[in-house]
Amino acid sequence: MTKTTELSRRTLLTTAAIGGAATIAMPGLLRAQAPAIKVGILQPVTGALAYDGQQGQIGAEAAIKAINEAGGIKSMGGAKLQMVFGDARSTPEGGTAEVERMQAEGVVAIVGGFASPICLAASQAAARYDLPYIVDVGVADSIVTRGLKNTFRFGPGFGTVTRTALDNLSKLNDAAGKPAKTVVLVHEDGLFGSGMAKLMQAELPKRGFEVLDTIAHPTPSRDMSNVALQIRAKNPDLVIPSSYYGEFALLARTMQQQRIRPKGIYAVLNGAASNFRFVKEFQDAAQYVMDCNHWHDPRKPVAEALRKQVEASGKFWTYNIPLNYSCVLLLADALERAGSGDKAKLTEALMASTFAGHIMPYGPTKFVNGQNEGGAPVNTQVQGADIKVIFPTDFADAKPIFPVPA
Amino acid sequence: MFAPDIIFAAVLNGLMTGSVYALIALGLTLVYGVLHIINFAHGATLTAAMFAVYVAHTVFKLDPYIALFIVTPLFFGLGYGVQRFIIGPASHGEDRNILLVTLGLSILIENAMLAIFRSDTRSIDVPYAFSSIDLGFTFLALPRVLAFGVALLVALLLGLLLTRTDTGKAIRAVAREKTGAALAGIDVAHIYAVTFGLGAACVAIAACLLMPTFYVTPRAGNAFVLVAFTIVVLGGMGSIPGALLGALFIGVVESLCGLFFGESLGQIGIFLIFILVLLVRPTGLFGARA
Amino acid sequence: MSPSRAFAPALVLLLLAALIPVFVTANTVLNFIVFTLIIALAAQGWNLLGGLCGQFSFGHAAFFGSGAYAAALLQARYGVNAWAAFTAAIAFAALVGWIIGYLSFRSGLRGSYFALVTLAFAEVFRILANASAFTGGAAGTLIKLDIRPENFQFASRAAFVWIALALVGFTLLLTTAITRSRLGAWFAAVRENEDAARALGVDTLAVKLKAITLSAGITGAAGALYVQYYLYLDANIAYGSWISIEALIAPIIGGIGTPLGPIVGAVTLHGLGELTKLFAGGIPGIDLVIYGALLVAAIAFAPDGMMGLLQRLGRGKVTPNTTASTTTDAKTTGARTEGAA
Repeated sequence: MTKTTELSRRTLLTTAAIGGAATIAMPGLLRAQAPAIKVGILQPVTGALAYDGQQGQIGAEAAIKAINEAGGIKSMGGAKLQMVFGDARSTPEGGTAEVERMQAEGVVAIVGGFASPICLAASQAAARYDLPYIVDVGVADSIVTRGLKNTFRFGPGFGTVTRTALDNLSKLNDAAGKPAKTVVLVHEDGLFGSGMAKLMQAELPKRGFEVLDTIAHPTPSRDMSNVALQIRAKNPDLVIPSSYYGEFALLARTMQQQRIRPKGIYAVLNGAASNFRFVKEFQDAAQYVMDCNHWHDPRKPVAEALRKQVEASGKFWTYNIPLNYSCVLLLADALERAGSGDKAKLTEALMASTFAGHIMPYGPTKFVNGQNEGGAPVNTQVQGADIKVIFPTDFADAKPIFPVPA
Repeated sequence: MFAPDIIFAAVLNGLMTGSVYALIALGLTLVYGVLHIINFAHGATLTAAMFAVYVAHTVFKLDPYIALFIVTPLFFGLGYGVQRFIIGPASHGEDRNILLVTLGLSILIENAMLAIFRSDTRSIDVPYAFSSIDLGFTFLALPRVLAFGVALLVALLLGLLLTRTDTGKAIRAVAREKTGAALAGIDVAHIYAVTFGLGAACVAIAACLLMPTFYVTPRAGNAFVLVAFTIVVLGGMGSIPGALLGALFIGVVESLCGLFFGESLGQIGIFLIFILVLLVRPTGLFGARA
Repeated sequence: MSPSRAFAPALVLLLLAALIPVFVTANTVLNFIVFTLIIALAAQGWNLLGGLCGQFSFGHAAFFGSGAYAAALLQARYGVNAWAAFTAAIAFAALVGWIIGYLSFRSGLRGSYFALVTLAFAEVFRILANASAFTGGAAGTLIKLDIRPENFQFASRAAFVWIALALVGFTLLLTTAITRSRLGAWFAAVRENEDAARALGVDTLAVKLKAITLSAGITGAAGALYVQYYLYLDANIAYGSWISIEALIAPIIGGIGTPLGPIVGAVTLHGLGELTKLFAGGIPGIDLVIYGALLVAAIAFAPDGMMGLLQRLGRGKVTPNTTASTTTDAKTTGARTEGAA
């Protein structure tokens, strides 16, 4: 019995591969002379992280389309990129299974993962084949510190984000005449929120801020009223929240409803504070909320064009889109220089990358132990109906408004 | 460490959150009391109802409190149909199979919502979302106060329905002794379906009360299910007053634990109390034994 | 039935399965098999307590996670050898099982009350593991990647297939042996009518404690194997409700109370999962909608599980004790709950 199911399953998987390829190769009317290069795009599009996965996929697809329209990979005879998409189902084992399938289908590299647990498991599975793996978000620093040669992270990790967030906070506060002295940290109790809060707790006092309280909350939370109450009881100058979309939207709403008005809300890696849906749906609650997060470079016309294109299709612009877009461009650049889909050559090319044609505010790429040294977050602030960049000052398109006008 | 007014405000918050838990737990306990099954699809039903309210608001411009009068009967009908034509026949009357059928349904509903609405977090904007009652030491959000009142009213009506109407008496008869009820001429399959429909209707009301202050994603309902399970057990499975009191109690416990131990660890409070109560008094805190 | 005939089908299946990695080298398939076997092992643990002894649990994550965390932390924090950690993890999970069993069975919890108390324990563990610095908190625990057989890490996925298969096979033989032993008879007595069993002089508390301890040890082994395979663990993987549900539905789908049931169930469910991925087109979720519908349909057409279905088709050529309990569940979920509203 086991034998027969085994056989049928194998046939099944082959059919799956063919079926998958057929649907993806849809726009292949102008079948190019060079054979297509398969690129694995891994995102969680079902399960708890489905929203971020969906946004990441938009970015990756847009990049593949743009590269192909611009003539594909020229050093490989204008070969087109062909997406092999995998749904990580919001779990590490789901991600691993998709890496195995992508490898079996012959991808040259994998981009994505979003959540740290998925990135950890998927990059390790890819490492078995020396298959290059480009992490899109996955902020846990263990992803790049455990010495996998195939793993590259384009965006910044925890350490960098926290350091930048604190530096900018100090600048902001100093410029306004140090109105903020006390802080309450609010964070989701998963990997990113807790990790962030831990670093913040250690670093804030060194910079002259007193941490009055640290409030962890689960995701999902049914009610944020008590978090709001605790904030009111402590009456801090500044609230620093690191939460996913739903919880932060609830918190901001509850604070508004309870008339809790700190001098500023300074979010770090927040799921809502730099999301246009939040700004559109809760304009009052969102007003003047600042966020230190991944963000595109507003100076780059490609970035702004992409944003318009995404918004025209009725989707909201989030950081996942430019980040994944850039990761795919980074891979295309490495393919261009490697001149082949050979894994070792491609890994070499990624290691030596100085790619600057991306749409993030990172400058030329430089990988040290798999981490892009240029990767840095940006500070944004909701002003009116828009999300403005307030730091770094060299490309800020608005001045920070702090403290919040009464 | 907290001023009394903060603690009092937390208790009020807990009561209001608890009232929504009560509606969800009422549906669960009713289905449990009569069908003796644990309905794994309860959370997915809540999600579906929240999306129904969302669609009513965005497409048909209906206020959630008006939509209540449409969504509730709709979900009663859906619940009736699902039990009568899917769960009943598919489970062949075996409890463990009902468990799996409801699990299968929950996977189906959750992902159907994902396929239709995608994974975006959606909320509705109503003009009274930020209206509040100023108590001097705290503000009570108007939608939450309304939810509290409606939840109590629904519990009362449900109690009256069970004790004063023929259908209610038939439901109680089936709950107590299925075979005897069948012998007395009660259509058991029909009563099962009516009970399931009532459970779904309770959840639909909860959805209408939640949406003005909450949001919906394809997984939003799941957050409420585990806590509803604990309430059902604490209140004594199948007990309507137990579910109501249990829900308000759990709401307050959650609120105070959250205040004193933080929201994350505060969740432990619920489960520890649950475990302790069961170990000491296995029939539930309000041990309603009819 | 002679012992050789009782064990023969299981042994033949195991041997056939052990040959798979020789002929199939596709890692996609091997990875699928390893994960399915991990689930099957967790489900075998559940089946011993739920299927054989009639005590339904909704919280086997408590044991899966305890095994997984013990294996991970002993290696990552104390540098214990992976194989020793694996053994210790099984013992630790069994201990956790005994403690939860002692607390709840001594209080006389049965049916849904027992089911939900296990769920509550799993939740408490999840929240604690997520908050405690000892377990790595929300950042989780990473086992150092160092591929050497003495580290229980292998370059080839086939090695994991064989190890998982050995564990599943051992449990299969153990379960078969139990169903044929005096202990198995006691399990059945408790499952069919606990009060009657006690009246006949069976020490039901001791019997149930044996069942939950063994059950927890087996499911704990599945957890330890999970972490050894994926090398990463956090509280939601370890103690999340996903594994409680996986461990519960595989035996029910496969054939509750039968030694082969959990394995057949896990293969069916995960095979179905792969099958529905075929329908994963441009719209996320569609494949899972079909999966849910197929699950409902499977129960509608095979109410006694796959083993029951096979038996009906093949007219009773399967292992004994197949139709273990149709009356059990009315009992398990009905107990202590009469008198509604």
